[in-house]
Amino acid sequence: MNHWYMLTLVGEDSPGIVADVTHALFEGGCNLGEASMIRLGGNFTIMLMVQTRLSRIELDELVRPAADARHLLVHVDSIEGRLHQHAEPDVQITVYGADRAGIVAQVTGVLAAAGLNILDLDSAVGGSSDKPIYIMSIEGQAAQGIEALEQALEPVREGGIEVSVTPIDTMVG
Amino acid sequence: MAVLPILTYPDERLKRFSEPVERFDAELAAFIADLEQTRLAGPGAVGIAAPQVGRAQRIVIVDVSKMKRPVPNHGYLVLINPEITHWEGHEPGREGCLSVPDFTGNVIRATRIHLKAQNPQGETVEFDMEGFEARAVQHEMDHLDGLLFLDRVVSRRTDVFRRKVYEKNS
Repeated sequence: MNHWYMLTLVGEDSPGIVADVTHALFEGGCNLGEASMIRLGGNFTIMLMVQTRLSRIELDELVRPAADARHLLVHVDSIEGRLHQHAEPDVQITVYGADRAGIVAQVTGVLAAAGLNILDLDSAVGGSSDKPIYIMSIEGQAAQGIEALEQALEPVREGGIEVSVTPIDTMVG
Repeated sequence: MAVLPILTYPDERLKRFSEPVERFDAELAAFIADLEQTRLAGPGAVGIAAPQVGRAQRIVIVDVSKMKRPVPNHGYLVLINPEITHWEGHEPGREGCLSVPDFTGNVIRATRIHLKAQNPQGETVEFDMEGFEARAVQHEMDHLDGLLFLDRVVSRRTDVFRRKVYEKNS
């Protein structure tokens, strides 16, 4: 029986990580699903859906040589592989401001209370090391409408954080 | 009238170049009626192109007049042998496609277009369009050249905050 797993790999970035890891998985008879792979602060991070007949421990052993050769941390979780059921976002929120502790907690706190379900969030620290800026982009579903999000964000804006809320009207043709 | 089967990628027929319409007859009118029925049967589709039902001819339908959040529009449009004669501006927007189920992506399209086409009677019609309607027309016209929105998708991550990094001393 085929199982789905979420394979997580994290380590110092170097060219060829994706090729080495996915080659090992292919040779081991695995099928890949959806993935998020991105460099975060000099670390390369992989979250990868893997379908295989192997047990969790066997999958760990399969990927271990490629991971060890590159000093990557490996973690495997058993998951439900629900493909072909994408949730479509209806709002995009972008946030930026001088970096300080608590921006994400404050922004996502008020958004959650106003009915937002986050589907996709990525953030970066830009600017210079003496004047860092925090930049965040969120896509989600606004269960209580976009106006509710706008209202909830007012106090955040008054605190000097730039926030824009844009409806996503998906054109299907 | 009938709802026609929609071709989905990787059906090769979606990648063909479509031929101009030359005969504006009852058969064409009947096909257009079927094509519109098929569009209405699709989930939330604001447009459809003849190649999506396997007919390699330059025929598209667009109707963005029934949006939840209203947008500037020209109502129900049947565009035959359409041509864009002028483009202005560009912006990203989210697109999906009846021929590519369960995936949407961001695509950059012209913001304003001038469009020349023929109606089902073969008469020349012209439109100035903007925004969502212009996007829908560009998406449907791509089908006539064997292109899907997948050919034009840009990264979701870099959409808003795009910047170039120039390396010193390289």
